Amino acid sequence: MEKILEVRNIKKFFSGQKAVDDISFSINRGSIFGLLGPNGAGKTTLLRMITGIFFPDQGKILFDGKPFDPEADTAHIGYMPEERGLYKKMKIGEQAVYLAQLKGLSHQEAVTNIKEWFIRLEMQSWWNKKVEDLSKGMSQKLQFVTTVLHRPKLIILDEPFSGLDPVNANLIKDEIDRLAKAGSTIIFSTHRMEQVEEICDHIILVNKGKKILDGSVADVKSEYKENLYQIEFEQMVLPEHTAIHLFEVVKKEEKSIIIKKNPDFTTNDILQYFIHKGLLVHGFRELLPSLNDIFIRLVEGSPKTRRFEVAEK
Amino acid sequence: MIILSDKCDFTISTRTMSKIGIIIKREYLTRVRNKTFILSTFLLPIMMILFIFGSVFFAIHSREKQNIAVVNDPGFYASALRSDSELVSFAFRKDVDSMNFKEKGFDAVLYLPTDPTDRNFKLISKKQVGLESKGKIESQLNKAIENRLLLENGISRAMLDSVSSMSEHAVSLKNIVTDRSGDAKNANVGLAYGIGFGSGILIYITMFIFGAMVMRGVAEEKMNRIAEVIVSSCKPFELMLGKIIGIAGVGLTQFMLWILLILLLSTGIQLFIPHETWIHVQQMQQIQQPIPGGGGTDLAFKLLEAKTHLTTGVNWTLIILLFMFYFLGGYLFYASLFAAIGSVINEDPQEAQSLMLPITMPIIFGFIILTSSLNNPNSPVAVWASIIPFTSPIVMMGRIPFGVPDTVPYWQLALSMLMLIGGFLFTTWFAGKVYRIGILMYGKRSSWKEMIKWAFRRS
Repeated sequence: MEKILEVRNIKKFFSGQKAVDDISFSINRGSIFGLLGPNGAGKTTLLRMITGIFFPDQGKILFDGKPFDPEADTAHIGYMPEERGLYKKMKIGEQAVYLAQLKGLSHQEAVTNIKEWFIRLEMQSWWNKKVEDLSKGMSQKLQFVTTVLHRPKLIILDEPFSGLDPVNANLIKDEIDRLAKAGSTIIFSTHRMEQVEEICDHIILVNKGKKILDGSVADVKSEYKENLYQIEFEQMVLPEHTAIHLFEVVKKEEKSIIIKKNPDFTTNDILQYFIHKGLLVHGFRELLPSLNDIFIRLVEGSPKTRRFEVAEK
Repeated sequence: MIILSDKCDFTISTRTMSKIGIIIKREYLTRVRNKTFILSTFLLPIMMILFIFGSVFFAIHSREKQNIAVVNDPGFYASALRSDSELVSFAFRKDVDSMNFKEKGFDAVLYLPTDPTDRNFKLISKKQVGLESKGKIESQLNKAIENRLLLENGISRAMLDSVSSMSEHAVSLKNIVTDRSGDAKNANVGLAYGIGFGSGILIYITMFIFGAMVMRGVAEEKMNRIAEVIVSSCKPFELMLGKIIGIAGVGLTQFMLWILLILLLSTGIQLFIPHETWIHVQQMQQIQQPIPGGGGTDLAFKLLEAKTHLTTGVNWTLIILLFMFYFLGGYLFYASLFAAIGSVINEDPQEAQSLMLPITMPIIFGFIILTSSLNNPNSPVAVWASIIPFTSPIVMMGRIPFGVPDTVPYWQLALSMLMLIGGFLFTTWFAGKVYRIGILMYGKRSSWKEMIKWAFRRS
């Protein structure tokens, strides 16, 4: 599959501390890519290198198959930083036009695109308002619009849903989906795992400047699965039903159990066992770990704060 | 401390130009459309003109005739104190004193000392006696004393008058300074002083005003966190340069409007000042009457003097061109340093204060040197301060009106201009390095030492 972005062994040191330490990954065109990690993992530094704000100390970035050139390529990137920022005293319409022009749009193109977006997000009446008059949620919406106005090939959203109510969060989520379907690639940086599961195709997890996980959401989940299954029955489950070497019971309720399968057997063996016992099975499904569980499992156990390490430079 | 590799070069592509253009336009328009800008642009000249003309007007028109009672005259002042129809009328009365002069219909009572050597004259009044009236009384008393002293030494007044009328205007001393071409021209020292002081102080003030404007603008972008959004679209250096140039445009616009407004208003107001007032001032000037000290008439004299002198012996084109150069050069030199400070400060205003000190010191120093170099434009301090870019915009503008190339040789001017160009290229480069690190760094206090380290680190 065609790659929009390839990151090869990039490193960034801040006064000896390794903010980003030898990270590589690639992103398919048109996919939604999740960049996960706890606070201070190096996500923002990584994103700043991809947006051309920082230059990597080592390593290489390829954008659209060619070495990344901040001068020319930033016009094809839309970046919404975690710390939102707009000119408070500037009128909303003018501000959007200004930001779009900096991305290389003509005044006319900018106005046309903004009107289109304002209509879609029901912001038409805002044009002459100032940012300081907007609520936090409203300015978030404006920030999102200014990020995607110039139809970037690559959209980078750092915590896009923070500060948004569920209604507006859904609205933005739908827009992200729509943009991805229309061919844009989206990098989605967050530490909120439930959103990642819903949205992302592919994720990487960084911790302390290093990549510790890379794969599609389904692959990652199956990699970290613990052979847990939930079985629901018509009748009460009695202790004598579950005394068997095929599985061990993790949790037991009146009419359902959660079991950990013995890896030597298949799910069919288990089903056959219950059928043989004469129990009526209502439901049988695998319990995959949530990304949240995986995240916590991987990140926990490492010290909370990073120690300063001396980089060999 | 953060290590950032960066490419902060001066290569300019069309893309860079158009981005800087967009930034300049925003910086310029948001400020020019701001209410404060519009108010200060229009109110300042109006207030200045109103103040000047108002004080002239009132000084001349507030003249009331004073009825003055003179008591205990020993005899030799009476002939000298002459009433006139406009300002003062004297009455020699024995029945008036400081307690009852009001009831007797007098505005003031003048006590004359009985002893001829005593110079203790007292004028008692309920209201302040106008400066011009006071001046008139003083000059008449002086004349009386003079007369008496002359007579005591055997010279009559008539004799003296005829001598002095013969000697009056016999010599008019003109200070002619020759330049290298041998052409004589009037040394208009007073005017040179005025222009030098005016333009020096204007540069001094604008450096602070517009420098602070740049600093606030940068700090605002950092606080608003929009800096990160913008620098993902353009180079930090472009953002900084765009802001500096945009604000320079604001400054130039304001200057132009001020000059235009002052010209318009002063011609407009001159039409409203009664013709007699001007005639009166002109007459007073012609007879070289001692100026009744200070106040509005004094100002009127100066205005008139300025008017007659403004066109002689001053190379206005050169001064205006050099003023523009030193204004822009000085502004660019300091504005980028102010931008660097704006990029490293956090919410604490105290922090800005302490970081600004090393920048404001040389500016203030320049102003101090300006005042001394106006009196002595060729002193070594003045010469070197007008060449070193930290002070040159202020000090050089104080020296230029005294004459190029007489007071300021061409080599000094050229060296000063080159140093200033080099200076602002350097400060802009330095500020660009500091700026791109500072603008994305939050919550940390930075010092000049660190900023200098950032600038000279190899990337």
